[in-house]
Amino acid sequence: MGVITLLILIPLIVSLVLLGVKSDKARGSIVIAAGIAIAALSVYFAVSNFGGSVLKPFSSVDGVEFFGKYFEAGPLAEVIGNAMLGIEVALAILIIGLGIKYKKILAILLSLISTPLLVWFELTKGHEIAVGDYISVDKFSLIMVLIIGVIGSAICVFSLGYMKDFSHHHSEGKDRRPFFFFMMFLFLAAMIGLVISNNMVWMFFFWEITTLCSFFLIGYTKTPEAVNNSFRALIINLLGGLAFVFAIVVAGSYTYGAFGGTTNGSLELSFLLDYGSQYKLAATTQGYAQTTEPIVGLIAVLLAFAGITKAAQMPFNSWLLGAMVAPTPTSALLHSSTMVKAGVFLIVKLAPVLGVSNLFDIGPGFFVTIIGGVTFVFSSIAAISQSNAKRVLAYSTVANLGLIVACAGIGTAEAVWAAIMLIIFHAVTKSLLFLCVGTVEHNIGSRDIEDMDGLFGRMPKLAVFLIIGIAAMFLAPFGMLISKWAALQSFVDSGNVWVILALVFGSAATLFYWTKWLGKMTAVVPDRINIEDKVHKTEWGILGGLSALTLGVTITFPFFSKSVVVPYLTDAFGALGETTYEALRMDNLIIMMIMVVLIIVLALLFYGRTEKRIVPIYMAGTAAGDNLTYVGSMQKDVPIQLRNWYLGDMFPERLMNRIGGVVNGTVFAIVFGYMLYWSVLLYQLLRGGGA
Amino acid sequence: MDTVLFTFYGYELHVSYLVGAVLYVVLAPFAGGLIAGIDRKVTARMQGRVGPPILQPFYDVAKLFGKEKITVNNAQDFYVMCTLIFMVISGVFFFSGSNLLMMIFTLTAASIFLVLAGYSSNSPYAQIGAERELLQMMAYEPMVLLSAVGFYMACGSFNVGDIVMSDAFSFKYLIGMFIGYLFIITIKLRKSPFDLSMSHHAHQELVKGLTTEFSGRTLGILEISHWYENVFLLGFIFLFFARGSLPYTILGVAVVIVCYFVEILIDNGYARMKWQFTIKSAWIVTLIFGGGNLFVLYYLQPILAR
Repeated sequence: MGVITLLILIPLIVSLVLLGVKSDKARGSIVIAAGIAIAALSVYFAVSNFGGSVLKPFSSVDGVEFFGKYFEAGPLAEVIGNAMLGIEVALAILIIGLGIKYKKILAILLSLISTPLLVWFELTKGHEIAVGDYISVDKFSLIMVLIIGVIGSAICVFSLGYMKDFSHHHSEGKDRRPFFFFMMFLFLAAMIGLVISNNMVWMFFFWEITTLCSFFLIGYTKTPEAVNNSFRALIINLLGGLAFVFAIVVAGSYTYGAFGGTTNGSLELSFLLDYGSQYKLAATTQGYAQTTEPIVGLIAVLLAFAGITKAAQMPFNSWLLGAMVAPTPTSALLHSSTMVKAGVFLIVKLAPVLGVSNLFDIGPGFFVTIIGGVTFVFSSIAAISQSNAKRVLAYSTVANLGLIVACAGIGTAEAVWAAIMLIIFHAVTKSLLFLCVGTVEHNIGSRDIEDMDGLFGRMPKLAVFLIIGIAAMFLAPFGMLISKWAALQSFVDSGNVWVILALVFGSAATLFYWTKWLGKMTAVVPDRINIEDKVHKTEWGILGGLSALTLGVTITFPFFSKSVVVPYLTDAFGALGETTYEALRMDNLIIMMIMVVLIIVLALLFYGRTEKRIVPIYMAGTAAGDNLTYVGSMQKDVPIQLRNWYLGDMFPERLMNRIGGVVNGTVFAIVFGYMLYWSVLLYQLLRGGGA
Repeated sequence: MDTVLFTFYGYELHVSYLVGAVLYVVLAPFAGGLIAGIDRKVTARMQGRVGPPILQPFYDVAKLFGKEKITVNNAQDFYVMCTLIFMVISGVFFFSGSNLLMMIFTLTAASIFLVLAGYSSNSPYAQIGAERELLQMMAYEPMVLLSAVGFYMACGSFNVGDIVMSDAFSFKYLIGMFIGYLFIITIKLRKSPFDLSMSHHAHQELVKGLTTEFSGRTLGILEISHWYENVFLLGFIFLFFARGSLPYTILGVAVVIVCYFVEILIDNGYARMKWQFTIKSAWIVTLIFGGGNLFVLYYLQPILAR
């Protein structure tokens, strides 16, 4: 219990302290110290528990050990639960107040529905439901803790230098950096709470905190655009939150009776997963028509919906794109280790009870897979037409989350292996990419890819980091590509034919938009002046560290898979009788690993070395000889301009969003229609009193 | 005869795999050069010319290596070298019976290095060539991946070694994939109407496209890597017919020869089309033939699994 408590309390306390710190120097030391402490603790916590079984430090059976002292779990949990409820009500009032101030009716409406519903449920039923384990830390949670602790705190440390420059650029208004850092660390605390919660009411509390943190971070600059986009994010996530509340109400109200005794309502995620898995196993051995227990299916759909809004899947992707108005470290945090990862975390966690065993098994997994697959292909294509670097990154995030969601929807152990791999690689690489783009923006004054040509000449070190990040996102033999390969393998093995189509077309588009960006930066443009000296020392440290981590994770993944991911899958899927856990064979992983090393060695040995005579480029007619101009008519020097290709007519962004949105919207309509049918049935069941 | 030399996490290195890989590395450039020579000869005959000697490609490359050592920057040679290295590696994967997807991804990496070589020059012609090369990759990539998936569904393995020795006559199940692959290999072999990024023909509006800024040795290395590439692109066609026995091997080789002849015919029979046509037609063909075949395979799976 000790270390977990610290992992939540340290960021929480630090965030409160930072709210009151005005001086740069004090803030710098606190953030760096806290960052190191959180990262070190999460590494220690994860590594020391990777070998063990699932941790249940807050259980009714064993009580709670808190730094050597024992407490009874029940009363303590009640105090915590009431505090959470109180905070939720206060936050709802805050949202309603802000909603009135900025005239956002939807935000008010959603708060007015979900919070009273939750309060009613808690007061009437919730507190009577026995909870066994309030916290459950399996190996997947440990992986998430590691990602949040290491990458999240790295981003916070990076923000120090960045936000200093940022407030210089935006010097109008007062310095709101204390508030910024308060939100960043609060975010980390909430994320850690979220990934270890087993009680869904607790998880929902942390879930809503992350929603609000991102709302305040997106609206940080308080410009009309920022306010608008922050409310869009808030409304979409509150919608997901509402589904979460419904899931809690249903899970707590239903009487589970199919396997070994009756349980009158449960709020434990682990119970739902067990119950659903047992049903699935019975269904496959005894040949039921459906492989998912209906009520668990309904809860899974509601939770998956919450996850889908948070993971910004189409048609809800607009909030993540709108989040670009925030300072770049916020984007880095939202995209890599927090927020969207909370969405996919929940869906991946649900994977054992999702699952589509074949094309015609229309279970909850089926709809999740469609949403993910459609999002992957259309966001990948939408990214082609973008020249704003942050928008390219955002579409790439949405697309990759789509892939993760699709994998989780398929719900085989192999697919989840691929999904976890994608989560890890994406977190590391995307944080690196956002922080690089942020640094570039502050130094060249633009985040447009067109302005990054010849970046190698201007910011050589940063260009190398950025190139590592981009290559790691799509190029063999780096992490994301291997994960995609694993995803493809799991799609084929589970017979999800049409997702394979989504994957191959989406991957082709992915290749296109990354490489043309890469090409822009690798172009050798003469007469570029090195302007790198203005980058802060902390920024270099973090960028270098994340680059090393990006390469390091790829190289060490085969071993990490063996020692952590496979044991998790064995726990989660072993009961379902699955025996294949790795989508890719170890020999292939190791060959890829060797190729990563080969590329690094080749680049170190041969890049930029030539004994050849360097001559001007060809420019048809008379080149001026400086590679930048040619002699045009009337003997005038004409500068050349090279622009990348965005294929806006062939793949318009708006159209891609519309297609993805309409397809997924239709899917949602069907699912909710189906759910309505179920809720009528549920009502009858509740009145009848039992299954 | 086919003993296992050693095993490595489930991978068994057969003697035949080792022999295949070594033969590929040593012989592929000769075979590829020869194919290029025959291509030029046949093309010339189709155009009513006598054409160069069959060995002309080798003379050309030898001459390129003797040229003055110049380059436009210090980065380009690195990328071209990586193109060659990864091209050879992907061919080695193919001929040593390894994973088909791994081979495809490595091939993609090789092609990306080539594109970067074009971009790195920052020259107008080379950059437009590089962008078009990228577009071509986007056009053919889905079909290449789908073909691999097709083999997996038909033969139960992604490993080239297993596919070659499989009992299943892949072609029977993969007719759609085969048509799709033939379509996109036209792009890959840089034949008209899809030779957008660079061309052997004299109808280039982009000077020499992607390769405009390559000279001497660099161009020679690139040519050799194309030879390596073409050999296993044709090997991929052979895979549709391989069944581990002599008659099917002969059939496979015959089909490869016929297909290549058809490619030359198409090359000479068409003018270059616009890029829009390239991507649209390739993706539509992939969807209809590749995707259609995939769904058929899905229904056939219970039969195939038997």
